[in-house]
Amino acid sequence: MTDPSRATIAELRDLVVSGRMSASEICKAHLGRTRAVDDRVKAYRSVLERQALAEADAVDRARRESRPLGPLAGVPIAVKDVLCTQGTPTTCGSRILENFVPYYDATCVARLREAGAVIIGKTNMDEFAMGSSTENSAFEVTRNPWDLTRVPGGSSGGSAAAVAAGMVPAALGTDTGGSIRQPAALCGVPGLKPTYGRVSRYGLVAFASSLDQAGPFGRTVADVARILQVIAGHDPLDSTSAPEPVPDYLGGLERGIAGLRIGVPKEYFPAGLDAEVHGSVRAALAAAERLGASIDEVSLPHTEYAIPTYYIIATAEASSNLARYDGVRYGLRAAGAPDIAQLFRKTRNAGFGAEVKRRIMLGTYVLSSGYYDAYYLKGQKVRTLIRRDFEDAFRRVDLLITPTTPSAAFRIGEKVDDPLAMYLSDIFTVTINLAGLPGMSIPCGLTRDGLPIGAQIIGPRFGEDVVLRAAAALEGAMQFRDRHPPLPR
Amino acid sequence: MAISTKDVRHIAGLANLEFGEAEIERFTRQLSAILDYVAQLERLKTDAIEPTSHVNAAAHALRDDALRPPATHEQALANAPETDRGYFKVPKVIG
Repeated sequence: MTDPSRATIAELRDLVVSGRMSASEICKAHLGRTRAVDDRVKAYRSVLERQALAEADAVDRARRESRPLGPLAGVPIAVKDVLCTQGTPTTCGSRILENFVPYYDATCVARLREAGAVIIGKTNMDEFAMGSSTENSAFEVTRNPWDLTRVPGGSSGGSAAAVAAGMVPAALGTDTGGSIRQPAALCGVPGLKPTYGRVSRYGLVAFASSLDQAGPFGRTVADVARILQVIAGHDPLDSTSAPEPVPDYLGGLERGIAGLRIGVPKEYFPAGLDAEVHGSVRAALAAAERLGASIDEVSLPHTEYAIPTYYIIATAEASSNLARYDGVRYGLRAAGAPDIAQLFRKTRNAGFGAEVKRRIMLGTYVLSSGYYDAYYLKGQKVRTLIRRDFEDAFRRVDLLITPTTPSAAFRIGEKVDDPLAMYLSDIFTVTINLAGLPGMSIPCGLTRDGLPIGAQIIGPRFGEDVVLRAAAALEGAMQFRDRHPPLPR
Repeated sequence: MAISTKDVRHIAGLANLEFGEAEIERFTRQLSAILDYVAQLERLKTDAIEPTSHVNAAAHALRDDALRPPATHEQALANAPETDRGYFKVPKVIG
């Protein structure tokens, strides 16, 4: 019998379609797994047990009545708590939205439902997706399934941990500066940030609108491709979603990487890079070469400016986006304010955590009169230089491969008091958001302490098909799929 | 220090946030450290470079101006902390 908590999407759907297992049984198996391990991992903000069982039951009914079944029929999927889900709380990990219940689904969530997926729960995250460890959640700290004393990464730490721990076969996260790829690397699962505009942002509660993008985590690269196939494509409700046609991501997956030109940007392998990370990523490159890809060193000369540029642009956009939380139309309202000016201030003071306030402050400063040109405009100009670095590189190569993170999972509490040190854990991922490119992390090894290491595959705009193809080939070569975190079965 | 406590108080006002003395001191220290780090951008000459505000300049397509059902009054008010006869209710605006 297939163990549903380790099965792929294709296997789960086959079980449902063939009738060997019902969608309800699959849902119950994942709910059972969640009950068994989530008191330790704390990946979920809310488990939607009753609703998920009703959705699974609807899939089973459709099968009995011989109605057509979607590509994700009966597949449980978890959704980061920053994506709106109709009728269920969407907190963004923040006290200010603790009781917020959207009346609509985010487009990517609606598309999952239309494809037959069962939304099984909402996952924990850093408040408003600001953080790299999920320690900034106002509610709970998610733990890394591979070592419960360590962080799962962030901000989509709950989604990555839920997949790694076998609680769900796939999950949605969002990525503004690395928030899918970094936790994917730290939790040892594949995770993809699509090209900016590939997936609709409608219903994704905004952090930095020119950088935010939703994308999937899965147990396998093929599962990530299956989810992307469903959620990608133009949405009239998001004017920044791209009208580009959506290719067949699964169809090209087995084509291998023979003949592909892979660039290795030297700036992503600095002298001080963790030796185990360096060794694992080099091993992935050697595997790519054995499979027939060619490897060339390239240069992305403005890489060192990416973190400062990111923290100007992302905080500027955040300070503007988060101005809407004022205690008037939704969310928390502080009690006892005698006038509206004090209502705004007291509500925001009580509702936002320290990191969110820090970023609002920084963003307000870089946009303020007298500093706009020196910081915000300067940041946008350097963004152009960073974007051009990649355009130049992609004239010579088809893909780039780098480490996803400078080190494996760090300890809970290790970086909470040093914002700059925390920001630097995104040093290899923020550039891709600034340039609007697709990037994927795949597991490529374990440290001696048994912690996962991720390799990042970066493609040209709308090059998800090539990224996934290379990821599938390397997944086959790296033999990581049989490794599982040391949690009880 | 890249910024002073006076700057931080001014910014807090612009951002509709308020802080006690200890927090003002802490934010001044932390924001100064971040701004010192950001200052490395000054090394780059960018006079002739166009700013990138958005990577998808080609998107921004407008949809057809077709009528579709809007949110209902009840939906729009459902999350409001306080309402009165179908309106959002707030404390006094003009003193």
